[in-house]
Amino acid sequence: MSRTLAEKVWEAHVVRHGSGAEPDLLYIDLHLLHEVTSPQAFDGLRLANRKLRRPDLTIATEDHNVPTVDIDKPIADPVSRLQVETLRRNCAEFGVRLHPMGDLEQGIVHVVGPQLGLTQPGMTVVCGDSHTSTHGAFGALAFGIGTSEVEHVMATQTLPLRPFKTMAINVDGALRPGVTAKDIILAVIAKIGTGGGQGYVLEYRGAAIENLSMEARMTVCNMSIEAGARAGMIAPDDTTFDYIKGRPHAPSGADWDAAVAYWRTLKTDDDAKFDAEVHIDADTLTPFVTWGTNPGQGLPLGANIPDPEQIADENERVAAEKALAYMGLEPGTPLRDIHVDTVFLGSCTNGRIEDLRAAADVIKGKHVASGVRMLVVPGSMRVRKQAEEEGLDKVFLDAGAEWRQAGCSMCLGMNPDQLAPGERSASTSNRNFEGRQGKGGRTHLVSPLVAAATAVRGTLSAPADLEN
Amino acid sequence: MEAFTTHTGVGVPLRRSNVDTDQIIPAVYLKRVTRSGFEDGLFAAWRSDEHFILNQEPFKTGSVLVAGPDFGTGSSREHAVWALKDYGFRVVVSSRFADIFRGNSAKQGLVAAQCSQSDVELLWKLLESEPGTPVTVDLTDKTVRAKDLVAPFEIDDYTRWRLLEGLDDIALTLRHEAEISGFEGNRQTWLPTTDPLQAV
Repeated sequence: MSRTLAEKVWEAHVVRHGSGAEPDLLYIDLHLLHEVTSPQAFDGLRLANRKLRRPDLTIATEDHNVPTVDIDKPIADPVSRLQVETLRRNCAEFGVRLHPMGDLEQGIVHVVGPQLGLTQPGMTVVCGDSHTSTHGAFGALAFGIGTSEVEHVMATQTLPLRPFKTMAINVDGALRPGVTAKDIILAVIAKIGTGGGQGYVLEYRGAAIENLSMEARMTVCNMSIEAGARAGMIAPDDTTFDYIKGRPHAPSGADWDAAVAYWRTLKTDDDAKFDAEVHIDADTLTPFVTWGTNPGQGLPLGANIPDPEQIADENERVAAEKALAYMGLEPGTPLRDIHVDTVFLGSCTNGRIEDLRAAADVIKGKHVASGVRMLVVPGSMRVRKQAEEEGLDKVFLDAGAEWRQAGCSMCLGMNPDQLAPGERSASTSNRNFEGRQGKGGRTHLVSPLVAAATAVRGTLSAPADLEN
Repeated sequence: MEAFTTHTGVGVPLRRSNVDTDQIIPAVYLKRVTRSGFEDGLFAAWRSDEHFILNQEPFKTGSVLVAGPDFGTGSSREHAVWALKDYGFRVVVSSRFADIFRGNSAKQGLVAAQCSQSDVELLWKLLESEPGTPVTVDLTDKTVRAKDLVAPFEIDDYTRWRLLEGLDDIALTLRHEAEISGFEGNRQTWLPTTDPLQAV
């Protein structure tokens, strides 16, 4: 029978099929841990006197709470420090490899897995973090789970799950210069809405997706959750295999050949049917930014703030009114006229080496606008090292930006990098929710290229605006 | 887990769509390593506004939240469910739930009752015009009842059975230990392993 990519990976991991209403039991190939969603799960194991079943399929890093300056000193916030120390104690007790602050492999969990070669096609990957969808870029079935499920995977290396529906996101054509993977995914979310993907695994397909680099594919899959989908996938191809080859945990020798032979079977059969299909024409896309307080409230940079009174659906109209009040914006204002106080370049969405290179390329020889602060936060210490070897740190520092250590940083208000109340950011992260970057903070989601151009002009801008 | 059959309590109309988990509990409350006491973080930003529904009598003591569509979107934080439960909520009614939130609720015995949006609107009107109206959520016949209103809700049969029985997922899975071990014996040899430590 013809199957989609998601169905193939699912079927390959069914430990037992549920009967009737009972879900299937799925085997989990890789479990990623961080300090925020794991302590109560470790506690649960201890209370029930259970073992961690497969420490060899489990890996941990510190990311959400970590400061991005002075990392050689103890974490100042005692509550954050306790959470990080608890992770260290738990990993030591249960035998989990941990990459702590200061380690070259420390960083955002979704940057670390792929960079170590632990994320491979056809695997099931879970983490107590909704942006686990990132790993779907490799043709893995990867999704975020809650803490009870973290404990369940720790104890059994499986999860009871009901099959997902499948949705094809066809992105045909070619991206124009200055338009990136981030613009694709923001346009997808604006099109299908923050709930459009609920119950589905998304499969991104089409020429524009095939032509993306591995890192750009991760940006796309990362924000599947912002469209309501737990997972997003891209069929693996030579781009994928080239990226994995030679990484620390990649197969080698005869194993490599066997793995690639299997990986090549991981694509949707020609006559397989998706439960839903969406089409996006890449040729028509332009840089995209959000204006509201959910990631579906986005528009091309050339547009104006929408007028809620023109929105027919009552729920959406109320949501837009509340969003504009929170964001301090007036209907009809051109997005390009919006001034920002802070530019954040980083996160599991856009904190990889290509993102830093792209932004550096825009900002090189220019300067961050007066009154604007720009934070550049590599997704991992290895990305940071590579960037420094390429001289990118100098480019950012010369432009007046801050060059930080690795972590989740300003993507969420759990560490010292936060917006002040009323402060406005252009951010390469993934969520513009109220208070996400700090209480009262206002977030516009953008690509690394738009972030860099915005830093230079001080208003939401694309690189092309710098040429005028 | 505590079994759930039926619950009656004060209904709270929350006229908002896209209530993401950052609103349900902001990240700053996620730093704890314990599993209780998250009620202070529930809707923390909104509760700082005295006009917010949970700051009004009789909604303060509500236990059935009736919210707009796309409830629980965003972050996977189970703390959102813990905060709702710690505050005293037993049920959330919405016309659409985010997948991860729905799963987390099921693990913790919080009932995510999916009603039609038109029934949600009727509940909102009723609870706003007659604040304090008790709402009964009956898992046996899958209905939400308030005065004359009877609204059917959807919940998957397996979750419903687990909630009615109060069963723990991990114990259920461990009944299949032999199948898990059998599966593990057949995994491809090239699949990656981490470099685990010696457990102490």
